[in-house]
Amino acid sequence: MDATATPETILKLSNIESYYGPIMAIRGISLEVPRGRIVTLLGANGAGKTTVLKTISGILDPQKGTIEFLGRPIQRMEADRIVRLGLSHVPEGREVFPFLSVRENLMMGAYPRKDRDGVAEDIERVYGYFPRLKERINQPAGQLSGGEQQMLAIGRALMNRPTLLLLDEPSLGLSPLLVKEIFTIIRRVNEEQGMSILLVEQNAKVALETAHYGYVLEIGRIVMNDTCDRLMHSQDIQEFYLGAKEAGARGERRWKKKKTWR
Amino acid sequence: MLDFVQQLVSGVALGCVYGLIALGFVLVYKATEVVNFAQGDLMMLGGFFAFTFIGMMGLNYWLGFAGAVAAMALFGMVAERVVVRPILGYPQFSIIMVTIGLGYFLRSVAGMIWGTDDLKIDTPFSQGVLRMGSLVLAYDKLSVIAATMILCTLLWLFFNKTMLGTAMRASSENMLAAYYMGIPVKRVVSVVWAISAAVATCAGVLLAPITFIHSNVGLVLGLKAFPAAVLGGFGSIPGAVVGGVLIGVIESMAGFYLPEGGRTSRPTSCCSPCCS
Repeated sequence: MDATATPETILKLSNIESYYGPIMAIRGISLEVPRGRIVTLLGANGAGKTTVLKTISGILDPQKGTIEFLGRPIQRMEADRIVRLGLSHVPEGREVFPFLSVRENLMMGAYPRKDRDGVAEDIERVYGYFPRLKERINQPAGQLSGGEQQMLAIGRALMNRPTLLLLDEPSLGLSPLLVKEIFTIIRRVNEEQGMSILLVEQNAKVALETAHYGYVLEIGRIVMNDTCDRLMHSQDIQEFYLGAKEAGARGERRWKKKKTWR
Repeated sequence: MLDFVQQLVSGVALGCVYGLIALGFVLVYKATEVVNFAQGDLMMLGGFFAFTFIGMMGLNYWLGFAGAVAAMALFGMVAERVVVRPILGYPQFSIIMVTIGLGYFLRSVAGMIWGTDDLKIDTPFSQGVLRMGSLVLAYDKLSVIAATMILCTLLWLFFNKTMLGTAMRASSENMLAAYYMGIPVKRVVSVVWAISAAVATCAGVLLAPITFIHSNVGLVLGLKAFPAAVLGGFGSIPGAVVGGVLIGVIESMAGFYLPEGGRTSRPTSCCSPCCS
């Protein structure tokens, strides 16, 4: 893929503000996802990353601002209609249907679709990405291991053939080996199908390696955005998210230079 | 021995009706975590609808049966939309009060429209018995058992083999994830109410030749079907039917073998260990 040309924007958030009851969780966020790219949203616990995704997929309604997906406004649209437009969300913590079999879980991902042949084709493709799911095709999803459930959650979202995939913490609670495996597949899906992905991650290293462009979120605001290459070499990112330590007088440095963007 | 078999069959028949009403409890509870105490009254209303179609308008039994089921399915959807949905998200207690209120309302309205007399529907099974040697089994009871088995099979096929049925199970397992999948959860819940009202109507029409229809029939049966649902685990569809049959059989056996008064207390006391 040509990385220099700017592809069309398929998702555009402008000045989004979301609340949990009286608490303002997102304080005016604007971001863009170009077609065929992986964009990552980094930030510490409670920065509002998940809230951003929930607002996009219609689980939460924003108080202010607009969300445009493929050129049409989707803020305050019903969640199931947004899915039908081609936007799938892999929620944090997997959220599989525990008593449904693996196959039934995948079929639920294809619920909005009517083309049986295409669905059968896609289910095979998902098994191709995750061969381990095929071994457990008739098992209830609740009996799968955490990693397998994460694979199922991603596979289930792919069954909708989304234009844009929202991925919330796919590395949560997984072993480093599984994280590597899952991110390899995320990259493959992006490259083979040209699927755009908005990735939320706590594991900044793997997220920056996978994505093309990154936004850094802090307490509901975007404080930094750049290509992932440049973010990875930024001193602040290295210190805060990648755990790189300054050699020498660490304590002294920390108090001299205020390391926050607020 | 003969007595025993006869009591068993009539117990199972009665139990099937309890089971069908309990099924409605379970369906609605699984989909929305609402205990619908008007479930028995939906059954009563279904019986009256069938009476209107068959007894008053003179339709064919099967046509009237189908008409009543369709009308009640629609009624169930409307009841969910108008009565239950506005109160979802409030404490469980409010929801329970609303369904109890709905039950009262339905009973009163039914009394106003159809009067308080016992009504009877002429069914193809009202008369006649099946004789096997010296064993005599009434068709009306056998028809209840057969219809329950057919209904359960249909429901099983619907929930396991169709996309909509699977989507219903999915929404009851994890409603948020169902939203993420693009399942129209609100419409699914409407359909669940329609199904539970339709099943209740089947119970009501099947029961009509045995107990007749009057405006309080739903209250009594609803209160017996509720322990059946609890006995079955309150989340399991086969459990509800088994629980219903169990209570029906115990009730019928107790009525026959135990001294007067044992019959009504039995079902509740057999359930009390599960309720506590």
